[in-house]
Amino acid sequence: MSDLLRRAWTVARKDLMLEFRTRTALLSAVVFTALVLTVFNFGRDPTAVAPLDLAPSILWVTFTFAAMVALNRAFQLELENQALEGLLVSPLSRYSLYWGKLVANLVFVAVVEAVGLPLFVLFFDVPVGRVVLPLCGVIALATLGFVTVGTLFSAMVIRTRFAELMLPVLLLPFLIPPLVLAVLATAKLLSARPLSDSAGYLKLLAAYDIVFLVAATFLFRFTVDE
Amino acid sequence: MLRAEGLRHAFGEGGGRVVALDDVSFTLAPGHTLAVFGPNGAGKTTLLKVLAGLIRPQRGTASVTGGRRAIGWIGHRSHLYGHLTLRENLRFWAALYDVPRTASAARADAVMRRLGISDRADQAVGSLSQGLVQRAAIARALIHDPQTLLLDEPFTGLDLAAAAQLRALLGELRGAGRTLVLATHNVDEGVELATDIAFQRRGGFIRLAPRGTRSPAQIADEYRLAVASE
Repeated sequence: MSDLLRRAWTVARKDLMLEFRTRTALLSAVVFTALVLTVFNFGRDPTAVAPLDLAPSILWVTFTFAAMVALNRAFQLELENQALEGLLVSPLSRYSLYWGKLVANLVFVAVVEAVGLPLFVLFFDVPVGRVVLPLCGVIALATLGFVTVGTLFSAMVIRTRFAELMLPVLLLPFLIPPLVLAVLATAKLLSARPLSDSAGYLKLLAAYDIVFLVAATFLFRFTVDE
Repeated sequence: MLRAEGLRHAFGEGGGRVVALDDVSFTLAPGHTLAVFGPNGAGKTTLLKVLAGLIRPQRGTASVTGGRRAIGWIGHRSHLYGHLTLRENLRFWAALYDVPRTASAARADAVMRRLGISDRADQAVGSLSQGLVQRAAIARALIHDPQTLLLDEPFTGLDLAAAAQLRALLGELRGAGRTLVLATHNVDEGVELATDIAFQRRGGFIRLAPRGTRSPAQIADEYRLAVASE
C-alpha cells in the first residue's frame, strides 16, 4: 500500500510541477471562473430574483465547468512524446497512476475553487461567515466526486478524436447527482439552516465519492491498457 | 532471459484485418542481442510492445525475467516531458523504477555523461534538438540499469558520432550480460550488434537465424532477398 501511494505521489508531484511551471491550464481555469461569476453577476436582475436563490446553482455550475479544464489536461500531459507509453511499461501500477492523476487534479481544482469562492462571496454578497467550514466540507465532498469520475473519463477519452468535446458529453450525466446534492446542501447552508438539515445530502455525497472512488480505481486499467 | 511462445496478434477485422504476429516463438538468453529486421508495417513495433507488456497478445505468452522492473524501453518517442529539465525527467523516471533517492542523482549523472548530454542536464527537454532528445530517451531507458532492453529504431535522429556512441554502449551492455531486442528497418545499423537475427515480414512471419560467422554484408543481402520475395 505504501508503495502504491508513494508512486502515486511521484506522478502527482510531476503533474503539479508541470502545471505550476507552465500555468497555462491553471490560469485559464482561474480566468474562466472569474469571468463566469462576473457574467452571472451582471447578467441577472437582483430585483426579480434574490441572489441567495441563484447563488448555489451559479457556484456549482462555475466549479463544474472550471473542473473540466483540469480534467481535460490531466492526460494530455501524457500525450506529449507519448509519455503514457513509458508509464505503462514501467512498474507503476495502474492504481498508482490513477491515484496520482486524481491527487494532481484535486489540487488543481482546489486552487481554482480557492480563488473562485472569495469572488463568489464578493459578487453575490452571500453570508458565508458562519458557514464557511461546513461550506468547505460540501465543496470538498462534491469536488472529490467530480474529480474521481472525471479523472477516469479523461483517461477514457484521451485517445479519441475531439477529446475536449467528448469529455463533457460523457462526464456531465455522471456529475448530475453530486451537482444536485451540492447545490441543495449549499442552499441550506447559505440560508442559515442548521447543519443537520444538510446531513442527508452530505451522507449521499460521501456515499457517491466512496462508490465511484472504488469503481474508478478498479476500472481505470481498462481505459489505458490496449 | 526473455521468452516468447506462440505469439499471435492481428489488428482490424474482416477484409482490413492485418496479422502482425503469427506464431512467433523464441528464447533469448542474457548477453544475447536479437536484431529484428523488417520493412515498415511488418509488425516489429507490435512484437516489442507485446514483449514490453504494452499489448496483450491475442494468443501466446511473453515473459521477461524480473518483470516490468527489468525492462528498459525505447519507443518511437522519447517519453520525456518537454517542460521539465533533463535532470528532472530522469529523476522522475528513476523514482518510478524504485532507484533509491540517494542514488538517483548519481545514476542520472552517470547515464547523461555516458551519452554525452551532461551539459544539457538543466535544460528543458522541449528545447533540445531531435538528436539530443533521442539520446535523452536512451538515458531515460537506462536510468534503472535494466536487465533487458527493448529498442525500437533507437538510431533514429542520431548523427553519425552519436550513432557510433550508441552502438558502443549497446555492445558494452551486451558484454555485461544484458539482453537486448533491437527492431529496425536498417540492417546496417543493427547487424553488428546482433548475436541473433530475425526477419519479420508482413503477415507475421518471423525467422530466427543465428548470426554465426556470416558477415554483416551477407546478412544484409539475405534480408534484402527475403523482403524482395514478399
